[in-house]
Amino acid sequence: MKPANALKERKQMNSNTTLLLITIVLFFVLYAAGCVAYASKGFTTVQTFLNVFRSNAGLICVACGMTCVMLTGGIDISVGSLIAMDCMIIAYGLNNWGWASAPTIILLVLAIGIVFGLVQGFCVGYLEIQPFIVSMAGMFFARGMTAVISTEQLSITAEADQTFYDMANFRIYLPFGGTINRAGKLIMPYVGIGVVIALAVLVVIFLMLRYTKFGRALYAVGGSEQSAAMMGLNVKATKMKAYVLSSFLCSIGGICYCMNTMSASVNQATGLEMDAIASSVIGGTLLTGGVGNVIGTLFGVLINGTIASIVQFNGKLASSWPNVLTAALLCFFIVLQSIFAKIKERNK
Amino acid sequence: MSKLKKLTQQQLFLPIFCMILVLCVNMIYDVSQGRDFYEFFKIGIQNELLSGRLVNILNRGSEVAILAIGMTLVVSSSAGTDISVGSVMALSAGVCCTLLAGAAAPQATELAVPLIVGVLAALVVGCVCGAFNGALVAYLNIQPMVATLILWTAARAIGLLVCNNLIVYVRNDAFAMFGGYIGPVPTPLIIAAVCIAVVTVVLKKSALGLYIQSVGINKKASRIAGLNSQKIIFLCYVLCGLCAGIAGVVASSRITSADTNNIGLNFELDAILAVALGGNSLAGGKFNLAGSIIGAYTIQAITTTMYNLGVSSAVNPVFKAVIVIVIVAVQAPPVKAFFKKLSAKRQAEKEVKGAVGV
Amino acid sequence: MEDNIVLTMRGICMTFPGVKALDNVDFTLRKGEIHALMGENGAGKSTLIKCLTGINDFEAGEIRVNGIEGPVKNHSTLDAQKVGISTVYQEVNLCPNLSVAENLYIGREPMTPFHTIDRRTMNKKADELCKRLDIKVDVTQNLENYSLALQQMIAIARAVDMDCKALILDEPTSSLDDSEVEKLFKMMLQLKEQGVGIVFVTHFLEQVYAVCDRITVLRNGTLVGEYPVAELPRVKLVAAMMGKDFDDLASIKPEGFTYDKEAPLEISARGLSHKGTIKPFDLDIHKGEVIGLTGLLGSGRSELARSIYGADKAQTGTLKVKGKEVKINQPIDAMNLGMGLLPDDRKAEGIIGDLSVRENIILALQAKRGTFNQLSRAKQEEIADRYIDLLQIKTASRETPIKQLSGGNQQKAILARWLATDPNFLILDEPTRGIDIGTKTEIQKLIIQLAGEGKSIMFISSEIEEMLRTCNRMAVLRDGAKVGELDGELTQERVMAAIAGGASEHE
Repeated sequence: MKPANALKERKQMNSNTTLLLITIVLFFVLYAAGCVAYASKGFTTVQTFLNVFRSNAGLICVACGMTCVMLTGGIDISVGSLIAMDCMIIAYGLNNWGWASAPTIILLVLAIGIVFGLVQGFCVGYLEIQPFIVSMAGMFFARGMTAVISTEQLSITAEADQTFYDMANFRIYLPFGGTINRAGKLIMPYVGIGVVIALAVLVVIFLMLRYTKFGRALYAVGGSEQSAAMMGLNVKATKMKAYVLSSFLCSIGGICYCMNTMSASVNQATGLEMDAIASSVIGGTLLTGGVGNVIGTLFGVLINGTIASIVQFNGKLASSWPNVLTAALLCFFIVLQSIFAKIKERNK
Repeated sequence: MSKLKKLTQQQLFLPIFCMILVLCVNMIYDVSQGRDFYEFFKIGIQNELLSGRLVNILNRGSEVAILAIGMTLVVSSSAGTDISVGSVMALSAGVCCTLLAGAAAPQATELAVPLIVGVLAALVVGCVCGAFNGALVAYLNIQPMVATLILWTAARAIGLLVCNNLIVYVRNDAFAMFGGYIGPVPTPLIIAAVCIAVVTVVLKKSALGLYIQSVGINKKASRIAGLNSQKIIFLCYVLCGLCAGIAGVVASSRITSADTNNIGLNFELDAILAVALGGNSLAGGKFNLAGSIIGAYTIQAITTTMYNLGVSSAVNPVFKAVIVIVIVAVQAPPVKAFFKKLSAKRQAEKEVKGAVGV
Repeated sequence: MEDNIVLTMRGICMTFPGVKALDNVDFTLRKGEIHALMGENGAGKSTLIKCLTGINDFEAGEIRVNGIEGPVKNHSTLDAQKVGISTVYQEVNLCPNLSVAENLYIGREPMTPFHTIDRRTMNKKADELCKRLDIKVDVTQNLENYSLALQQMIAIARAVDMDCKALILDEPTSSLDDSEVEKLFKMMLQLKEQGVGIVFVTHFLEQVYAVCDRITVLRNGTLVGEYPVAELPRVKLVAAMMGKDFDDLASIKPEGFTYDKEAPLEISARGLSHKGTIKPFDLDIHKGEVIGLTGLLGSGRSELARSIYGADKAQTGTLKVKGKEVKINQPIDAMNLGMGLLPDDRKAEGIIGDLSVRENIILALQAKRGTFNQLSRAKQEEIADRYIDLLQIKTASRETPIKQLSGGNQQKAILARWLATDPNFLILDEPTRGIDIGTKTEIQKLIIQLAGEGKSIMFISSEIEEMLRTCNRMAVLRDGAKVGELDGELTQERVMAAIAGGASEHE
């Protein structure tokens, strides 16, 4: 073999980068389309863009956790129900439990997330049950528990808990990109605490995946479980930790979600697991595991959010359109992945 | 001891055992409430219709029983489950009712198209959804759960689009028949019985049952022996979709409307649980349709019993989720290995004791 | 222990249920030598290596490693690595989705004071390591971007860097091309200079003679001997591997068992090939003939048969059955043309474990008849009983799951599956592997009987005696290509010479 060969090999188009590239282009095309179509309604403002973040702060956290689980080749479909349960605990707790205050209820929700993840992770990692079955049971369990707590539509008001209310309504203004409203007043664009939390989660997970032993172990397990074990990694523990992380991040996401909606009901966040999985897959995470990162996932979430925004701006489209479109996108990317995998197999 | 072991290893042991357990709970409860211990089995006639708790369970359990047929085949052939069945039910119900209501939607009393057209359309929709899932699983080698995840959200969402986000009512006697009564007998019960009979006959009279199990156990060997494993898996998914379509028609006819948000909600869990309760391994391979059917009715019995006991219906999914995990965990290889080791150890201890005794 | 010895294995014994996999085997590895471990399928090579690396638990014997007091018993590959024994397998056990540097250092990454991975140091160290071993890669690139040979070398680099004294290379060259093999050899020689003891498991004879210093031969779980390479010419090596001790079985070929050269052609292949497994070949098979495919393991014996049958669809060439050109896309097409294939991997491609013996026997016949033309239960039972009786399949009942039968009886049931379809052309790939001698003879007799009935048989086996006793003609394969045919008087010497290559070949 000539040394030049190594160089040639490097230049080969990597199918994974191709997928990510498609995603990023897709996002810009979608956003541009929105801008062109609804410019008159204010789609082009900075605030509109930030609103995509504001309404999807919870989803960003959840999708980061989902990406970690999917890197190991698993999946976690319990996240939507877990968020509903978190919201219900927060709303019901703040309204009815005397001891509950913003910090204690947040700690409680986070602890529940960890325990939930431990149980799921143990079933997947140590009992070797299919992740889908485990997390499906988890999904129904959490949704059921939500209903057990309360089947009513609850909302969180200032009377329930002032601190939480203030946190949810706290606005962080940006120093640029303001718009002038009808009264002629300059209004600066703003984000909430949820967005800050979500971006912090994103950065932390990005660094964790790249610079810690655990992060690299997630990739190794997804790349080849057998090899990872041969190289001395603890595959079972790694898998379990991934599910704990996912449920924990899901609880953080639940808090962000709750701060955005300030309400709770049994049917909250249905289909959110789908959005999270779709965001990861669209962002280039392989269903078979081992490939993907949270930057791609962020773009996945943004695509989801942009679709929702466009449907919202249109005003005439039915509210289930985002679900259909997300599913269609997921399907498209899954098929793409499958085709790429087949081509790779053939070239071997 | 060994007889007991033999008994517990029978495939139908698990579903029948659960069924008996549920019956016992019912009887004890009835006696404690001062009713006859055979209250559960009483079949009476009210307004010329069959009534009683048993009839109620058989009637209400029809949809899950129908779904369990398709789910059993899917699990057996592809070692994965079809989690889209509940949503496909909603979609086919939506299509059926929208067609039948026609321009009069969302409140219709007259049928806009012949009944048969609406029902056939629902079944075709079910088959198409099944074919979509089957194509992804069989020909593109996508994990079954991920493939069916797409329709799990999309089918219900499309159903909502079809119904224009409304509950479409078709208050027509002909349509209501599917969820009502023929003579004194509940129609869903008859439909479920016919489905079970047809599938049983097909499996008995053709080699399909053998093929499905063979592909589920060893895909490669089946191919060498001349089976087209892709086609067989595809077919199983189409059948599963068809079952979901039938269940959708029954469910919407019951309430003479298409409530797309709620029809078939959580039914995928019930169907999967029915298969697992029936003593079938979720890892595919050998299946026992009778087990799944008994499993399906057992689940309905659990639901009805909990209802009778005054337990909130909200707890239902929690309870079922725990059962699923327990059943699957007991079948899991590490747990099995653990129990094997335990019994081997006990055996060894026994032998040592015996040796000492001699 | 002597200083120049890396490790010794003494009196290793190991049984699998029903089979003695290793019987009192000794093995010695010296410092700075490349030691070939040779043997046919089932000889016990991989079992021996698995005992050494802690995957298998041996029953008797001991392993000693230089520098460690007392016997060593590994319970996992990690244990083995700790005492300096590393293994590199044919399928590279690295993660293709990680970078080269990560693959080299995962689990032992250099860390920064903040408990994060120090990527820069890691890359630098990896780069130095690769340069030292003359591996030309960019260590920051993903492993999957490099060829198998380079991946193989990176796996070796990881092992070497983890301070290994004994390096086991298990079939490392089977998927490499010639230039890649050469590179690998260069690296092996370099390591040898550094004093590493290398165990080289391969089935390529040329490669053994190209780099090895010493050869240990195993056969049927026993040690045949340890020889310096110079003292063991090729033909002798093949003889040692194949064994010659089958004389206790009387000849079973009946008088005048010859095939009729004028008989009509059953199969006629021209230029068939399957990418990466078998190069284009021509082959004619007459009616009523037993043709043997011979060659070492991995020479393309099975692959040739599979490309005819459509198990691996042939990509080039034409196939004629009974003089008519046919197209075979998948096994069912071949079956409809009257073919049958008994695959070599009984567990993966033969038995349907959870199904009963009856269902396993009638499966192929049923598939041939079609889905809606089901054999009646009575008919199924009759067929199953007939073959259980005819082949003397020992089973509790015809409804027993086939996985509960012994290997030999499973094999007979699969054979019954094909006989039930009444094929004209039957391919038997290692039908006698892992089967006791009595059953072997029965199967051999059956083959001759079937040929007598006018069926054509393609017979593949690692045991030459068996082939000599049953075949009329042999096709010889080497390195994925058909290199010749042996006709007329078949003798052990001729066959071995042909397999070893370079000697008299009758084209």
